[in-house]
Amino acid sequence: MSIRLNKPFQDLTPENLVSVQGQLGVYQLADENDNIFYIGYAGGRSLFGLHGELTREMQARESKPTRFRYEVNQQYISRYEELLMLHQFDYGELPERVKDEYPHKVGVLSPN
Amino acid sequence: MDYQLSEEQQILVDMVRRFVREEICPLEDKLDPDAGEIDPEDSTRLKEMTRKMGLYGLGIPPEFGGPDVDVTTQTLLAFEMAQHRAGLYNPCYNVFGGAGLAQLYEATEEQKEKYLYPVLRGEKTSFFGLTEPSGGSDPGRAIQTRAVKDGNDWVLNGSKIFISGADHADFGILFARTSEDKGRNGVTCFIVDTDMPGFHVRRVVHTLRSTKYATEIQIEDLRIPEENILGELNKGFAIANDRLSRYRIPYAAGCIGVAMRAQEMAIEYVKIRETFGGLLASRQAIQWMIVDNEIDIRTARHVCLEAAQKADRGEDFRTEAAMAKLLGSEAGGRVVDRVMQIHGGYGMTKDLPLERWYREMRIRRIGEGPSEVQRLVMARNLIGGSFH
Repeated sequence: MSIRLNKPFQDLTPENLVSVQGQLGVYQLADENDNIFYIGYAGGRSLFGLHGELTREMQARESKPTRFRYEVNQQYISRYEELLMLHQFDYGELPERVKDEYPHKVGVLSPN
Repeated sequence: MDYQLSEEQQILVDMVRRFVREEICPLEDKLDPDAGEIDPEDSTRLKEMTRKMGLYGLGIPPEFGGPDVDVTTQTLLAFEMAQHRAGLYNPCYNVFGGAGLAQLYEATEEQKEKYLYPVLRGEKTSFFGLTEPSGGSDPGRAIQTRAVKDGNDWVLNGSKIFISGADHADFGILFARTSEDKGRNGVTCFIVDTDMPGFHVRRVVHTLRSTKYATEIQIEDLRIPEENILGELNKGFAIANDRLSRYRIPYAAGCIGVAMRAQEMAIEYVKIRETFGGLLASRQAIQWMIVDNEIDIRTARHVCLEAAQKADRGEDFRTEAAMAKLLGSEAGGRVVDRVMQIHGGYGMTKDLPLERWYREMRIRRIGEGPSEVQRLVMARNLIGGSFH
């Protein structure tokens, strides 16, 4: 099983959010070139889970082209931290918005 | 055995209970239900408070700067520190400080300077690398990671699994086989810096618990100098075993603390929740659950304190520690399960801490030696050493 989130990105549009359920999980946001600029999660306090979080993101982005992919996952905290570590390994740093939001030290992974 | 708390113990217990309820629980109200960390600013502020309380560094021997608190009192405080949502695996979010790896107190002075003291000052973090994919319950025989002498160095190859904190650690201790002996006498303990070439944290091992996750480590031609051997060559298993016995008391205490808080929640709830025209408290089925909880809690607490008191007296406490670990983890699981049942649908939601405790408590019957191994330890101590 790949530890990276490898599903293809979709445009963050109301039509594409219809099939996203209100479950717990993690998600990534990317620009029109699929460059990831945010990693987030829908946790126990997220209203309507992934659907709610992604809807909120879509509204906040207004007309800026944004793409998304997600993974339903009950262990959303450890999966979220794993995705942060993987991003740091792949790109040498965290996405900008995560840097502003995440106050903790990120661990070091060196996946195969 | 007299379990009347001394005046000093009662003051400390009351102080820590108030700290948990007034400082820790309000922070959790704003965190994700599965969160494992508080904001660093809160952490700094609360550590300052625990220093003023004289309780920072509980578990650190007084000669290394820790408070002079005996094991029994530490156990009483551990019951209290676990009584919040993250309390089972992250009691009070570590604002009482940590003792670090107990094995390092036996290290050479050079090793203490490089590894132990920075940990005690909060400058470095560490991990404990024992369990391998080939097994964790019988590490003396299961260890397949090999260390081969090459000049003044040892070259290690192998893998470890279920290792907490390796991704954040500056160093850790790793156990590897250093002789042809296939049993406990061929294992050596090495101190490993995580930035050494050949040390890799390959993945997060996702489990029932969301925070304080475990990792899988791969070791490829990891070159370690001779001076990084902790203890003696081929005597590493004794170091591992020492930790396993010592850690069983606080491990049990955490389970019991959570069970105590869950029982409080149940008693509060049954007095206000009505069904079929009467309070839950008036239903015999519920009353018996509450009574069974109390029996479980008191039995486990009794044995846990007995183990702590034997440790304080310098007596062999291995049987009592194994019994405490078994009773604490199993009784804790039963109590949380019953309290969920009493709370009905709400018990399963993330609105309450019960569902998190339920998941995490299940791990406690396996972590730090499963119940079956605790029974094996007790049987070996009661019957004698040659029947296993």
